[in-house]
Amino acid sequence: MKKSVFLGALTIAGLAAGVAAAGTLDDVKARGKLNCGVTTGLVGFAAPDANGEWKGFDVAVCRAVAAAVLNDPTAVEFVPTTGKTRFTALASGEIDLLARNTTWTFSRDVDLKFEFVGVNYYDGQGFMVPKSLGVSSAKELDGATVCIQTGTTTELNLADYFRKNNISYEPVPIETSAEGAQQYLAGACDTYTTDASGLASLRASFENPGDHVILPEIISKEPLAPLVRHGDNEWADVARWTLNALIAAEELGVTSANVNDMAAEAGNSPEINRLLGTEGNLGEMMGLDAKWAVRAIAAGGNYGEIFEKNIGENTPIGLARGLNAQWTDGGLLYAPPFR
Amino acid sequence: MSDTHAESVAYVRETAIPPAPAPVTEAGVVGWLRQNLFATWANAALTIAALYAIYLVLAATLPWVLGGVWTTDSLTECREVLQGRSAACFSVLTERWNQLIFGFKYPDEFYWRPSLAFVLLFLAAAPVLFFDLPRKLLLFTAVYPFLAYWLIWGGTIWAPVFAALGLVAGYVIFDRFGNQNFATGFLGGIAAALVVWILADYIVPLIASDDPLLPAVQSRDMGGFMLNMILGVVCVSLSLPFGIALALGRQSNMPLIRWISVVFIEFIRGVPLITLLFVANVVLAYFLPPGTSFDLILRVIIMITMFASAYIAEVIRGGLAALPKGQYEAADSLGLDYAQSMRLIILPQALKISIPGIVNVSVGLFKDTTLVSIITMFDLVGMIRGPILASSDWNGVYWELFGFASVLFFITCYGISQYSQWLERRLTTDHR
Amino acid sequence: MTALTDPQRESFRLSMLINDTRYRSLTFQAIALILVISLFAYLGSNLVRNLAAAGLNISYSFLEDPSGYDINQTLIPYTSRSSNLQAAWVGILNTLLVAVLGCITATVLGVIAGVLRLSKNWLVRKLMSVYVEIFRNIPVLIWILIIYGIMTVSLPAPSAFRGDNPTSSMLFNLFAFTNRGIYIPAPVWGPGSMIVVATFVASIIAVFAYRSYAKKLLFSTGRLLPTGWPSLAILLVPTILLFLVLGRPIGLDIPELKGFNFGGGIKVGAPLIALWFALSVYTGAFIAENVRAGILAVSKGQTEAAAALGLRPRRIMNLVILPQALRVIIPPLISQYLNITKNSSLAIAVGYADITATLGGITLNQTGRAIECVLLLMLFYLAISLSISVIMNIYNSKMKLKER
Repeated sequence: MKKSVFLGALTIAGLAAGVAAAGTLDDVKARGKLNCGVTTGLVGFAAPDANGEWKGFDVAVCRAVAAAVLNDPTAVEFVPTTGKTRFTALASGEIDLLARNTTWTFSRDVDLKFEFVGVNYYDGQGFMVPKSLGVSSAKELDGATVCIQTGTTTELNLADYFRKNNISYEPVPIETSAEGAQQYLAGACDTYTTDASGLASLRASFENPGDHVILPEIISKEPLAPLVRHGDNEWADVARWTLNALIAAEELGVTSANVNDMAAEAGNSPEINRLLGTEGNLGEMMGLDAKWAVRAIAAGGNYGEIFEKNIGENTPIGLARGLNAQWTDGGLLYAPPFR
Repeated sequence: MSDTHAESVAYVRETAIPPAPAPVTEAGVVGWLRQNLFATWANAALTIAALYAIYLVLAATLPWVLGGVWTTDSLTECREVLQGRSAACFSVLTERWNQLIFGFKYPDEFYWRPSLAFVLLFLAAAPVLFFDLPRKLLLFTAVYPFLAYWLIWGGTIWAPVFAALGLVAGYVIFDRFGNQNFATGFLGGIAAALVVWILADYIVPLIASDDPLLPAVQSRDMGGFMLNMILGVVCVSLSLPFGIALALGRQSNMPLIRWISVVFIEFIRGVPLITLLFVANVVLAYFLPPGTSFDLILRVIIMITMFASAYIAEVIRGGLAALPKGQYEAADSLGLDYAQSMRLIILPQALKISIPGIVNVSVGLFKDTTLVSIITMFDLVGMIRGPILASSDWNGVYWELFGFASVLFFITCYGISQYSQWLERRLTTDHR
Repeated sequence: MTALTDPQRESFRLSMLINDTRYRSLTFQAIALILVISLFAYLGSNLVRNLAAAGLNISYSFLEDPSGYDINQTLIPYTSRSSNLQAAWVGILNTLLVAVLGCITATVLGVIAGVLRLSKNWLVRKLMSVYVEIFRNIPVLIWILIIYGIMTVSLPAPSAFRGDNPTSSMLFNLFAFTNRGIYIPAPVWGPGSMIVVATFVASIIAVFAYRSYAKKLLFSTGRLLPTGWPSLAILLVPTILLFLVLGRPIGLDIPELKGFNFGGGIKVGAPLIALWFALSVYTGAFIAENVRAGILAVSKGQTEAAAALGLRPRRIMNLVILPQALRVIIPPLISQYLNITKNSSLAIAVGYADITATLGGITLNQTGRAIECVLLLMLFYLAISLSISVIMNIYNSKMKLKER
């Protein structure tokens, strides 16, 4: 082994000379484009529309980071990833940021060496059943056939839940959500399980959404979080605080409509001033300019606006804020202070 | 003889009986039916069973296809138009036509570029496929890859120009020295090409204009049937030289070279393409120098090319083995060295008899390009399973889309295999 | 002409390495060796550096950890607490299962279609060409998806069997065809059932013994014993008699609707059926072409010669045509079997738990051990195809025409 390493080092000595371990932030700036990993298509979170534009909640996070770093919310190259490819894509540097309904777990954080930059959606795994089945609780699903989309933590939660409650089930693994819907609607499985937000998104696309109910049990905690590589703390900080800026902006009442006015001159609220760069030098500390947060917020609005636009109650997905409300409204969103 | 019995026989006919028409049961439509469909009882039973099977299939599909709706914007609208009737919503094809063909990210205003490249492909392929065409057309075939690259990917024209120049330089050197000593010419040619390419690496960024004639399109933006075509054409053409090299390597009398070729070929042929695509997708990145990353499409092209060259190598090996030993001995007795005998005597014949096999491998490979949908590339099948079926407009339109994909692949592959059969017939007559 | 003298023995010069045929092959091999070694060293060092940079390592200990997921179709005991290795074994067995089933049905389909393509009946001939061309020219992935889709949509859900007025009913009250799979009765082995099974096995041996005796008698004395009916009788009568005498020791566990699903019996899952069927009809089309080519490869003179000897058409086929055609058919047939095994990796598209879906799918996703999983996956397929190649080579060398 040692010998081959030596030989290999010899062969590439010339080639690799230029590849110093530059930080991701510098790479992204030099490239002028942010490579952002998203799902291959989950309406509301990340999916290309009829014109091929990526739209959705996760997409908005990518655009905000691109706006903050590159001053252009469209300077994003969206890389569709599956459950299988997402971690390699991030680890190998193919993407700079992964915003793909990825659950923050211990082993992913510690064993796979990734850095989760904060939760952008608090989710949990639920079940959807046809109304005609007459089931009102997941505990009544003994012996049921369950459709699951593979490549997520869903399979593990499902196994744990049924094992814990000592009931049996038959899993039907499904590759894409469209095929899951086909199986479920044809009655090839009694129930479909995935994150509750995904269920709502799927149900919205059915011919008769009213014929299906989402069971009250939420069987897991799914904090969905954008993540970056371990060990590049500057870049992690940029991603983390861009997300926090979106959350804080909602709390402080900064919206895409008024952000430019508010940023024009320092106002009365010192926290807003620091956030929008009219006071202090928070942007500089991160290696960005003072207006980074202004651009991030202007790109797609604050957290609340992004939520309402993509998955809120007025969209076909129709999700309530629930756990994803600001802490002041009884939710879990709690951005650390900008100071 | 004829009059020997004239006296003893009462009547001798003196003219031939005019030929009577065949019995009605043996000629015309009826005769044909009897001979071909109802020759025996068992045969008749088979015919009736076959007719019934055809009826079943047509009864199920024809009304569905003929009653199809072509002009709505979503499945919901289509269902309203149909009002509970069971018929196809072909409008998904018209509405998403561009996405199915070009993927969802190729800029609409440039659709003419891949289309033109596609049309030119026929022109470029023609002299290779049909020997009767004037040989001068091969010049266009040689230019085509660079032209097609420029058309589809766009960007500065100098990149493909220098790539071509490198090959030309390599060929010139080879032509100059290869006659005396193949090895010198070969290695010199490679060196010359490399020199040009390395130079180009410095020159191209300098002379490339910021506003090229054809704006660049990222290879990530390729999709739809176009991606299948790109992968199929590129990988088959790239795998031919590698396949020939591997086949020769496997026949070589240098043990080391032979073993390398055998291990490579058997390894690649022993694993399914999907695992190689997994390698391209999730593993290959770990084997590249840190900090480099190249396109998924390029990684996939590398893997599929490796895959195809192993199969093509086996086909060509078959061709080499099928040549009579006398050809090898004749070449040797003329005093030709290895390179000359291969280039002038063996390969032209061996390749000619391997063409049908190569075409079969190519068809198989072209069909296998659909597997890239499993590793999140949006080829035709990937577009259908991903963005189109996941969109809320068209969630639930399966048969129309998969039917369309089947028809597209059938037309292409059937066309190629008909060509291969025509060629096979032609080549057999040539040999007898 | 003077006597030739040996040319002066040249001293070794560096240029001889490339110009002298004696040394040239050594030069090339050395270059190749250096290239290969440096390529591997290059890749290896990149791997080491990448892993070090990401703080990862190569370790197979994850195989011992509990997998944490359930699999719906297993041939060996498996729960979500079993190890990842056990999950991989489940996958391997499932791959082999679908491959073996696929090989059998594809051969049957292919032989029928291939023979029918040479039928005298025009309609049947054309119909078979249509079958062969349609299946050969459309990617197998599309076929798998279409067939799975057709199964899901056209077969009834288990709920259709429920209620007072079910829209579907079971076939013969034994088989239930649902879009989750086909439920068939399972045998229940009561006491004494082993005797019945043993008798049946003995009967099979007896049939072969009888047939070889009849053949021997035919060759030595020319007496032709009937083989058809006696064989059938030997095969079935003792077993059935014993079965009745022992009081029907083998019962049937008939599937019935319980709760959400059918319970009892054996379930053959829809993904397995879809994959099996798709692989069979797809590969069957290729095998049909091989069979047709094999039969056509036997020259017409052989048929005529056999006919001239006075053999009947059936015997011409069995004794003259088929043995010669098989020599042509079997090598491509075996590579089609190899293709079935490799194409079974597309199970991932329909959720059948083969090795690609367990080890290369869920385990890879959950553990993130991409390199290890893909490596093991490739090794498995390599082992399978190398063993099939070995069998093929043995067969080829055995069947080779003995040429002088």
